[in-house]
Amino acid sequence: MSEHGTQPTGDQVNQVNQPGAPVSPHQGLEHRPAQQLDEVSGDGSGGIPERFSDPGLPPHVPRSADLDELAARRAERQVAALFSVSMVATVVFLVAYFVIDQGSYTFIPGIGLASLSNIVLGVSLGVSLLCIGLGAVHWAKTLMPDTDVTEERHPQRSSDEARSDAVETIVAGGSASQLGRRPLIKYTLAGALGLFAIPLLVQLTGSLGPLPRADLSNTFWRKGMRLMRDPEMTPIKASDVTVGSFYHVLPEGIDKSEHVLEEKAKAAVVLISLPPGAIQVPKERDWGVDGIVAYSKICTHVGCPVGLYEHRTHLLMCPCHQSTFDVTRDAEVLFGPAHRPLPQLKITVDAQGYLIAAAPFLQPVGPSFWERA
Amino acid sequence: MKALGSHRRHPAAIVVLLLLGLVVTGGLYSLLAPRTAQAAVASADDVAAGRKLFLANCATCHGISGQGGKVGPSLVGAGAAAVDFQVGTGRMPLAGSAVPQAPRGRQVRFTNQEIANMAAYVATLGPGPAIPDSQYTQGGGNIARGNQLFKVNCALCHNFAGSGGALSHGKYAPSLRNVTGKHIYEAMLTGPQSMPVFNDLDISPTDKNDIISYLHELDRNKNPGGLSLGNLGPVSEGMFVWVFGLGLLIGAAVWLGAKAA
Repeated sequence: MSEHGTQPTGDQVNQVNQPGAPVSPHQGLEHRPAQQLDEVSGDGSGGIPERFSDPGLPPHVPRSADLDELAARRAERQVAALFSVSMVATVVFLVAYFVIDQGSYTFIPGIGLASLSNIVLGVSLGVSLLCIGLGAVHWAKTLMPDTDVTEERHPQRSSDEARSDAVETIVAGGSASQLGRRPLIKYTLAGALGLFAIPLLVQLTGSLGPLPRADLSNTFWRKGMRLMRDPEMTPIKASDVTVGSFYHVLPEGIDKSEHVLEEKAKAAVVLISLPPGAIQVPKERDWGVDGIVAYSKICTHVGCPVGLYEHRTHLLMCPCHQSTFDVTRDAEVLFGPAHRPLPQLKITVDAQGYLIAAAPFLQPVGPSFWERA
Repeated sequence: MKALGSHRRHPAAIVVLLLLGLVVTGGLYSLLAPRTAQAAVASADDVAAGRKLFLANCATCHGISGQGGKVGPSLVGAGAAAVDFQVGTGRMPLAGSAVPQAPRGRQVRFTNQEIANMAAYVATLGPGPAIPDSQYTQGGGNIARGNQLFKVNCALCHNFAGSGGALSHGKYAPSLRNVTGKHIYEAMLTGPQSMPVFNDLDISPTDKNDIISYLHELDRNKNPGGLSLGNLGPVSEGMFVWVFGLGLLIGAAVWLGAKAA
């Protein structure tokens, strides 16, 4: 253990630096000539000593405040000044708290138009706390003792007498309890203690909540559900979707589901209307309606909402890590950390001309998980 | 009733009935159908003046009759709203084609009348969105609803505070600060540059006005802490902490480790 600024006291504390060497109180402070590695030394033969000797602590250099009482007085005044500044800042805080109107805005150079109350309260409290810290550190560095102190480790082992006493006590206690003589108590106690552990384990595992089952693979989408605008929750007519449009879509009835946020986090969809001939993958065309296609809005990387759409390049981007998907090629990944294309939602129109899901998502949406096929 | 009843087997009855049905349906449709706006009726003189301006300033890229060229897209069906947005915000005419997208201009190169004339001319090239009714571009709507719509539809590209953000290949979503309500509406309607279209059947005119109200509220919003660092989120704020926060900590560590004189 090394302490800074504490004078050695008692037998336990020694200013020593060589384990196993005879203890002498001031050995650590002696200045030793440094070994030159490129010279033949007396201990070794090949130019490098067989064993490096501990160079010990560097010599203590007294500070100006240690030698000069005037310097010490100056340091004292500096510390006191820092503490005084802290007091003034605290008073400024208290006054400002009651005096400055919270709604008043002032132009402050370098910061711009800001709430005067916020700035004054923050700066005064900051200065107040900072000056206490600066004063304490300055005090410790200039005036408190700065001699290096080493404390040696001691053997942990107790004396042989204490050890045999302890063993004796335990053995005596064991025989006094008559456990060895009365097996009925021994076995029932073991049974009681063993059973008692089970409620603990049951509560622990039981409170982990229900098993996830297939929640990660399934979304709220079912066949025949209408595509609804987010957040208006109104259905979308296929004829209203002009080329170049981009809709944020949720399944019909999701706002009345039991866990709305959890369901939204999986079921969010973007609806994109592509110009004729832009789609290059037959499956994508078949799963859409006249160039209108729906893709999961949940990024396959870590599940951010993939909502940046460039309608000239037909790129869909994720704002979190810039994964870029090409909507003309079945949302293939062009760039970024995402590994899989976005799953497509197969859509069609119902009798009234509204867009509906022709099938639920056929593969899990969002990021990978262990059981994902 | 009797007179009508006596004529119901007349050969002309079916024609009259058909006509009546058509008139009623058409009349009802024109009354109830969602309207983008009523473009101010442009006279033939306006269109002619607009055509002159178009030939002088736009035809190099967009073609003599707006059919598009190697550099500029076709303006057939672009509509008056697209012209009013692109020219009215100083994005067009674009000086060079070497930029990834036309930036918002420092100054608008044409007077309002000239822009209106060009818009009227482009509107004659093909049916397209008209300049929106000022009723829906003034703001003063439901700010909370506008915020909700903005967060879902716009914030992904334009940032939560409308500060804009990066897109692919040097393109970007511009800042929405201090943009007039009319231009915000027209951008949603026409989908300029990389922006997708949000037509009036997707986001209704009232909803668009709510979004405009929210954006105008953002413009008026004061920042109690000052120094917003561009409202860009973790990039600028993280940079600030890395430079100044860590700098301060390193300075403090050096001072703590230094021995007193």
